[in-house]
Amino acid sequence: MTAIITEDHTQIEAAGMPGLIARIGRTAATLASYLQAGPLTLILGFFFLLPILMIAVVSFWDYDFAGLYPDFLTMNYTDTLGSWVTWKTYLNTLKYTVMVWGLTLLIGFWVAYFLAFHIRTTTMQMVLFLVCTVPFLTSNIIRMISWIPVLGRNGLVNTTLIEMGIIPSPIEWLLYSDFAVVLAMVHLNTLFMVTPIFNTLMRIDRSLIEAARDAGANGWQILWNVIIPLAKPGIAIGTIFVVTLVMADFSTVQVMSGGQSASVALMMKNQMSLLQYPAAAANAVVLLIVVLSMVSAILRVVDIRKEL
Amino acid sequence: MSHEKRTLEFYVLAAFFTLFVLYLYGPLSAVFILSFQGPDGGLTFPLNGVSVHWFFNLFEQQAVGDFGASFKRSFTLGLMVMIVNVVVSLLAGLAFRRKFRGSTALFYLTVASLVVPSIIISLGIGVVFQQFGLKPAWYSSAFGAHLTWTLPFGVLIMFAVFNRFSPAYEEAARDLGANSWQTFAHVVLPMIAPSLIGVGLFGFTLSYDEFARTLMTSGTYNTLPLEIYGMTTNVTTPVLYALGTVTTLFSFSIILLALAIILVLRRRQAKVV
Repeated sequence: MTAIITEDHTQIEAAGMPGLIARIGRTAATLASYLQAGPLTLILGFFFLLPILMIAVVSFWDYDFAGLYPDFLTMNYTDTLGSWVTWKTYLNTLKYTVMVWGLTLLIGFWVAYFLAFHIRTTTMQMVLFLVCTVPFLTSNIIRMISWIPVLGRNGLVNTTLIEMGIIPSPIEWLLYSDFAVVLAMVHLNTLFMVTPIFNTLMRIDRSLIEAARDAGANGWQILWNVIIPLAKPGIAIGTIFVVTLVMADFSTVQVMSGGQSASVALMMKNQMSLLQYPAAAANAVVLLIVVLSMVSAILRVVDIRKEL
Repeated sequence: MSHEKRTLEFYVLAAFFTLFVLYLYGPLSAVFILSFQGPDGGLTFPLNGVSVHWFFNLFEQQAVGDFGASFKRSFTLGLMVMIVNVVVSLLAGLAFRRKFRGSTALFYLTVASLVVPSIIISLGIGVVFQQFGLKPAWYSSAFGAHLTWTLPFGVLIMFAVFNRFSPAYEEAARDLGANSWQTFAHVVLPMIAPSLIGVGLFGFTLSYDEFARTLMTSGTYNTLPLEIYGMTTNVTTPVLYALGTVTTLFSFSIILLALAIILVLRRRQAKVV
């Protein structure tokens, strides 16, 4: 027993100096990590975490036209959840989300597939990818407005169709309708689907596809059994973007429906402009819970940290 | 694979891709053409003469409110967001290379900041400023609101960059006697510079075009997107299109500038290697 202990002791003694230096080094590294992560933590803490907590608190407050009064009322929640209008608005928002998600997935997948598998040089791939990307870095509002001269009553589509004699009078539902809202939302958000799917498709080992072909799979079988399963993480990330953006949208709905349709965020915006902050806050908490549960359901399919 | 004949699938998908590009650019070009509408022209086709009347109209105060001042605010705000975005994302990217206590929580906080609806952030920051007795302004509350949207993009890009970054280069630099600052400044930084330009570009353009997060946080003075949004409801002349053309061309030139810088940096790197 004693022998072993002494032996251990000498070992520690011998390792003393380098061990100490290593430990100092490790502490310095940890300290550096904290210092480097500090600015991000502070900014997100003050401008993201604190405001969310504040909303949760304020959603229980009382209010009138003059101000907010700290309290603990569930009135804001019972008002909003008890109202038939809220449920209808949620249903409408979900309808937009499902339609836009389906369309962006369909368009986004085939665009990404074309870029990844049919364009042969990397330069051309990058050029075409940039062609798709550039409009998404310009103003959303301008891109929404740009549909007005195209879809309006005297817009490009209507005048062309009338001149060609296909329709006798202008189609009224092109602009200021659900059709216009979905068209504009797909226009605004498809890139968020293209980019992550393109990214996963580019990482697929081409020999897997050759192996499938050698094993006798036809084009559709390769697509269905090899490519789509491997593209799932990209599809999941794109879905997170599109779903959260459409669930949060109010400007597209307002502009493109001409004020005839509602969305949850638009309902909140109207309450905010009437200074009914606690009511808007209660709506915000409900919307937040809905969106976060959608995202966490999608995150079960994909580990983002591994996909980056 | 590169010598295979083009299949029918290629032609179908190429046609689909072309349609998609038309869908992206078609409406924008309609706005572009209509901004050259003659002085008596309206909001729709056909063109009633060709002129630059509406571009001049843009700079007359009474026509569109204060376009020049709101542009200046948006531009300054974009630059502020760009600089902070690059610095903070780079630091966070470096931090995430090592495991530290709370790193997973911070990572998910960043992702959450990306998925939480903009209008909720806008409302939250508005209420925080109101309750703390602070005056919201585009350079304080709106600045922070924009960062909650641009930082996640920046941090995730840096995360991806460092995931692929081989430590062999740093080890080689250290073996040659470089200290940790020299290793960072002369080895790591030049290699990730193109990505940093990308992070900067995202920061600037996302902030410059941001609308929902500015809604409750801009204070007394409007940023450009807020000004444009106001115009959609009360301006009925092609001056709206002229403004659209000007801001879009501005965005395009910023993007081209960033791409040119990235290309030059890549070239120089290729020469060194």
